[in-house]
Amino acid sequence: MAERLKATREMKKIMQRYYFEAKNARFIGKKVAWITSGGPVEPLIAMNIIPVYPENHGAMIGASKKGGKLSEFAEGLGYSQDVCSYAKNDITSSITKESPIKGGLPKPDMLICSNNICGTVLKWYEIQARKYNVPLFIYDTPFVHTEFTEEARDYVNEQTKEYVKFLEKVTGKKFNYRRMKKVGRLSIEAMRMWKRVLETAEHHPSPMTAFDAFFHLALIVTLRGKKVVVKYYKTLLKELQERSKENVGAVDEEKYRLLWDNLPIWYRMRWLSQKFASHQAALVADTYTQAWCGVIDYIDEEDFLGTMGEAYTRIHLNVGVDQMAETIKGFIQQYKADGIVMHSNMSCKPYSFGQYDIQHLIRETGIPVLMIEADMTDERKFSQSQIETRIDAFMEVIKQRKQHDYTGN
Amino acid sequence: MITLGIDVGSLTAKAVLMDGDKIIEKHLISVGYNSKTAADKLLSELLDKAFIERKAIAKVVATGYGRNSIGFADKATTEIICHGKGIHFLLPEVRTIIDIGGQDSKVIVLDGNGTVANFVMNDKCAAGTGRFLDVMARAMETEINDFGPLALKGKNPSEISSVCTVFAESEIISLVAKGEKREDITSGIHFSIARRIVSMVKRVGLIPPLAMSGGVALNVGLIHALESILETPVSTTPLSQFSGALGAALLAQEL
Repeated sequence: MAERLKATREMKKIMQRYYFEAKNARFIGKKVAWITSGGPVEPLIAMNIIPVYPENHGAMIGASKKGGKLSEFAEGLGYSQDVCSYAKNDITSSITKESPIKGGLPKPDMLICSNNICGTVLKWYEIQARKYNVPLFIYDTPFVHTEFTEEARDYVNEQTKEYVKFLEKVTGKKFNYRRMKKVGRLSIEAMRMWKRVLETAEHHPSPMTAFDAFFHLALIVTLRGKKVVVKYYKTLLKELQERSKENVGAVDEEKYRLLWDNLPIWYRMRWLSQKFASHQAALVADTYTQAWCGVIDYIDEEDFLGTMGEAYTRIHLNVGVDQMAETIKGFIQQYKADGIVMHSNMSCKPYSFGQYDIQHLIRETGIPVLMIEADMTDERKFSQSQIETRIDAFMEVIKQRKQHDYTGN
Repeated sequence: MITLGIDVGSLTAKAVLMDGDKIIEKHLISVGYNSKTAADKLLSELLDKAFIERKAIAKVVATGYGRNSIGFADKATTEIICHGKGIHFLLPEVRTIIDIGGQDSKVIVLDGNGTVANFVMNDKCAAGTGRFLDVMARAMETEINDFGPLALKGKNPSEISSVCTVFAESEIISLVAKGEKREDITSGIHFSIARRIVSMVKRVGLIPPLAMSGGVALNVGLIHALESILETPVSTTPLSQFSGALGAALLAQEL
């Protein structure tokens, strides 16, 4: 396998610095806002508020293989087995302080919740607002079944105004529109850079896999709107382009190219990446990390605040399955995929619910689809030998199909 | 060339010896807890039965859950490909295959050449697998071999609504307590598992003719339930239980 990307070390440092600053926010006179992964973060950056992401924290807990344990604790409090494991990890960690970050996440001064990713976040953030006794702002995005209506536009834009007022009230400062413009531009630039990073995987062999994307995603999620993100992705892009120039693939002798749908299985990243690599298969793209650059076209660089409502409403998880299927069909073409791996994620209902419909809608492409059942952080929901058999069988089918293509049968 | 196909499942281990396209011998034993020793035992009993020596076998392909723990195999291949291959050899017309194993149920679709075009497997739950039938037969105090014929006698299949193996067992206890007939309950059990399988068939898209492979294909009650829900005939072969091992032996011929 190709060596680890060199940029990775810098990325770890940036994340460490970020969490260090967030943990010490009080000492540097900054406020901390907890925000959902799809939430409008740019106004926070413009107001010098540090955004903290319980979902990113949840992923870290998953990667450190503690998701099952933390979920179990929350189940003991009365939360159902079916509740999202990010929510359960966060609720548990805010009580027990167990976390890969010493002492857990810094206490929030406010909570910002957008339901463009799911409905669970509403209750989750209400629970935490009560626990920490801090104000909660809900950015309500109507579901885009088929089209984004003018009524929807008015509705979300009105909330952007309320959001600004909310931030002014909590900080006691006037909203900084001049800074907002700058942050908006940086955010768009970061999304464009992220898009270019992901698109390096169009190359055969692909210089990166979805497993790399899952890792490098953290910056665009947590710090978009900051210069450091643009700078980092530029470095990463350069390294990936160099790999492509020299035809160095992330997977040795890449033969098969696959798409991934849904969140990663954080506690089994290495096992899965080795498993696919042993079949000479590279996961060249995924719907999850692409979600952070899928809506660039809806934003007007000159009027970020006035157009972000539409962009935040039309993200991958807030649109109908027809459009999701179209997105996947687009990726199949763009990345020349031989198959799709769908993670049916027990935690994430909005992501997993339509997967069979999507399978049906993309049947015309003739591309085989593998469904594996697991959970993004709860390792109790992962059955290795069953998943191994499914992956092996799926790869055998793909190999057979390709052989037949080559021989013209 | 003599080849061996060996299929070590979660309950039984099967072996088929082939010479070219002729089946020369077959053998079946139950696995127990150690799939590796089961494979060794299976091999030595098979050699005795066929009156041949180990070195007469040119190539070995292993399949089933224990496929990776068999030291003497030249290659390991999953059951999907092997069942496809085996059934295509026995019943060349067949395009869709149902296989109910101990831990896994699968529906396999073949293209016109007998190559696997697509497949779908059960989710993590054991309700649609052979294990469900085992548990239910025990709950009804019936030998697994008599379970299917008993189901055929049921005129009014009982309604088993739970899809969970554990809860279905308690549902059966209450049906017994209500005085429902033993054959009707048994028939209901078979329809219950058949409904789960049918939803998988629909998911992958049925292309007739349809066949069933694996040991559960010997269960006439289940075949009947599948045929009546799908409204299409389900073929079987006397070698159904060996179709995975047969497919493996055929693959070994290509090595």
